[in-house]
Amino acid sequence: MADAHRREWAFVLAATARVAGDLDLAEECVQDAYVSALEAWSRQGVPRNPGAWLTTAARHRAIDVLRRDTTLRRKLPLLVEPDEAAPHQPGDPAGAGEGGVMIPDDRLRLIFTCCHPALAREAQVALTLRLVCGLSTAEIAQAFLVSEPTMAARVTRAKKKISGARIAYRVPAAPELPDRLDAVLTVVHLLYTTGHTAPGGGHLVRDDLVDRAIGLARMLCLLMPDEPEIRGLLALLLLTDARRATRCAPDGRLLLLEEQDRSRWDRAAIDEGTALVRAALRGGRPGRFALQAAIAAVHAQAPAYGDTDWRQILGLYDLLARAWTSPVVALNRAVALAMAEGPEAGLAALAHLERDDRLAGYRYLPAAQADLLRRLGRTEEAAQAYRRALELTANQPEREFIAHRLAEVTGSPPGR
Amino acid sequence: MAEYLILINEDESSYATATPDVLQQVMEAHNRFAKQVEETGGSIVSGRALQPTSTATSIRNDVVTDGPFAETKEALGGYYLVEARDLDHALEIAKLCPAGFGGVEVRPIMAFDGM
Repeated sequence: MADAHRREWAFVLAATARVAGDLDLAEECVQDAYVSALEAWSRQGVPRNPGAWLTTAARHRAIDVLRRDTTLRRKLPLLVEPDEAAPHQPGDPAGAGEGGVMIPDDRLRLIFTCCHPALAREAQVALTLRLVCGLSTAEIAQAFLVSEPTMAARVTRAKKKISGARIAYRVPAAPELPDRLDAVLTVVHLLYTTGHTAPGGGHLVRDDLVDRAIGLARMLCLLMPDEPEIRGLLALLLLTDARRATRCAPDGRLLLLEEQDRSRWDRAAIDEGTALVRAALRGGRPGRFALQAAIAAVHAQAPAYGDTDWRQILGLYDLLARAWTSPVVALNRAVALAMAEGPEAGLAALAHLERDDRLAGYRYLPAAQADLLRRLGRTEEAAQAYRRALELTANQPEREFIAHRLAEVTGSPPGR
Repeated sequence: MAEYLILINEDESSYATATPDVLQQVMEAHNRFAKQVEETGGSIVSGRALQPTSTATSIRNDVVTDGPFAETKEALGGYYLVEARDLDHALEIAKLCPAGFGGVEVRPIMAFDGM
């Protein structure tokens, strides 16, 4: 049942929303359907197509409720556009309902609606986890370190805006698709990075968020197989995640790329990610996710840290900086430059970034400067930079790492 | 179709100091906007420009005071009430709306049952 929940939730909810005409009602009906499935499946066994079974049950329930409740019917219904608006309807046999009725796969509508640019980014993230992944409000609140009422209010407000402002339940048309898809991919990536380096607290990785993000990327890849940036995102997540087991020492200490045990990297994930990168780059004019994935692939292919092809990585960062003008990209490019041409070149590039207001308060800028200064033996300046980085860091393993390095350059034991 | 109000918020001082040429261009932009809205399949129900906030009078608890409700650099200077299919369509229209000295806000009109 847990498996059916994780795998089928989005499909069932997305298809039920179309009939219910309301996201709250759809959620309730899908929850009811899971409850009745628990009972029915324990008696009769799991049906051949659990998703279709659940969808049929949830839709019947929605129709029943709407028949009885006239006030609900008068609410602003979800704006559902006809199917031809969705360019990618896969011939997924999971769509065949009981009695062979095809249930359209509305998962793309659902995720594009959740990630509509008229919703704040934090609302997009919350809605995606709630509606597409089926996480409870309590779970989402926990993942983002806010109280449950705060998260509940955020989700409710977003749902109200969808119906009140008439955000259509559809996959955007071709002209707006690139921007809208980028918003969806950004949300999935944000979920991953939030899980990958949890914003606070003791554990470096929040496995559940990471798994959900990879699951979403896989779902998008399946539903829109021709979009290189989706492949790029999935590749990026897989290649980064292949290192998950080696990012921390057994005592919880953060391990850098150069310290990680490469024999424990997940080869299957690296192979899958690398193949996806190749496919994503084939179309020409690669986007930011495909390029970041390509960089991750170069790292993954190096047998040892010393074998890393920094020239190639620098070249990829140059392309990335053109595809995506972000100061964070410029920062990472400076680090690659330092590796390819020496720490002085990297420091000069970082000095330019100090003037960028968008990086004020960004902990990885002083951390990168500190590391290059340390390598040049400029210990006094390195210590100052480590202290600035420490002030800006909340994640405990990261704090310990910086404190450790600070102690190294100042020659004193690390204070906590 | 649903109704949306496009609120035009602009810097009033820019209008106060604008040359007649610039004002003429703004007028032409608004005339063009009316045609462009039709081309998107939407329609303008009504639209008006307001006199500057220096002419505003506010009333709170029966107390009458000179000036707008809230002093802001960019103030409400006009509006369009439009009909659009959904928010995306309304936003498409709003992007066409001239507001060179500021920006616009899009608000869905509330519909009441049985009225």
